[in-house]
Amino acid sequence: MQDTHFRSGREWHLVLPAAFRASIPVLLGYTTLGLAFGLTLVAAGLPWWLSPVMAVFIFAGAAQFMAVGLLQSGAGLFEIALLTLLLNGRHAVYGLSLLGPFRSAGKWKPYLIFGLTDETYGLLTTVKAPPQVDETKFFAAVTALNQSYWVIGCTAGSLVGSALTLDTAGLDFALTALFIVLLVEQVRAVKQWGPYLAAASACAVALFVSPRNFLLVALAVATGVLALLRGKIEQSAGAPRHDSGGGA
Amino acid sequence: MSYFLLAVLVMTAVTYFTRAVPFLFFAKRQPPSLLGFLQKYMPPVVMAILVFASYKDIDYGAAPFGIPALVAGATTAVLHFWKRNVLLSIVGGTALYMALIRIL
Repeated sequence: MQDTHFRSGREWHLVLPAAFRASIPVLLGYTTLGLAFGLTLVAAGLPWWLSPVMAVFIFAGAAQFMAVGLLQSGAGLFEIALLTLLLNGRHAVYGLSLLGPFRSAGKWKPYLIFGLTDETYGLLTTVKAPPQVDETKFFAAVTALNQSYWVIGCTAGSLVGSALTLDTAGLDFALTALFIVLLVEQVRAVKQWGPYLAAASACAVALFVSPRNFLLVALAVATGVLALLRGKIEQSAGAPRHDSGGGA
Repeated sequence: MSYFLLAVLVMTAVTYFTRAVPFLFFAKRQPPSLLGFLQKYMPPVVMAILVFASYKDIDYGAAPFGIPALVAGATTAVLHFWKRNVLLSIVGGTALYMALIRIL
């Protein structure tokens, strides 16, 4: 409090190393996936600069891959908008968990919302900011680092991807491993069967109903099932209520 | 050229919209108590679904039968339950995966 100036000047020195550590899995995943995207885009006959432009402005992996095929075939803008909406509609669920944490984000809020990819959502809801630092700055640093990895990967892929001889096959498993690690962290923090029952039933329904829009359907169904289980979950959460102190 | 830029513009707007919907919707009104509940319990649900999604497109009927992804994924989880070191879990799991897809 007494030396706010000093603190805010020094804070980034604390924030950046912590954010970098948290984002290393995404570094591995986004650079390799970005390389693959750049390669795909150029191989499809699209101009190389589209790759970095998309990475900077859209910042959505699945939608960008989808767009390559659409742009190649000259799809209409309305069709592009509709398919993007279907593919990225799942992101609307993510904000629900971050309304509170983003409330005090001030000038960073629009960017934090912009950068809400699957991986960024996972990090922001699971990894805690170091105790002395401002949570918003930590969030902003994680988001910006993640996007920088994506931009670097997409740019490199479209410029020099075809000249690359390094065998990076399988490096994108880092993103699957990241989701597994974040799931383990959640299992440690939330000792309840309800959320996993909701996830399992939603996956089954989504596979059955629409494998093509799997994530959208699964997240929508899971939100509904979770809401239905609310009474039971809060009841059994209220019983022990000790939270085991760990605080993940 | 302008077609590409227009398409990027459309995708940028739609993607941002999907991410901003909850923030726009609850900018003025008070979120119902249900949201406080979802805020707490959605992350484990989302993570479980994202893990499942990473595995659902693997062809379990052919050649390595999904063994590299299953073994590397299980190793990642065990490593993380055991040591709880994010980097160790992810680098270990990914390295094992990269080795397995080259061996099997």
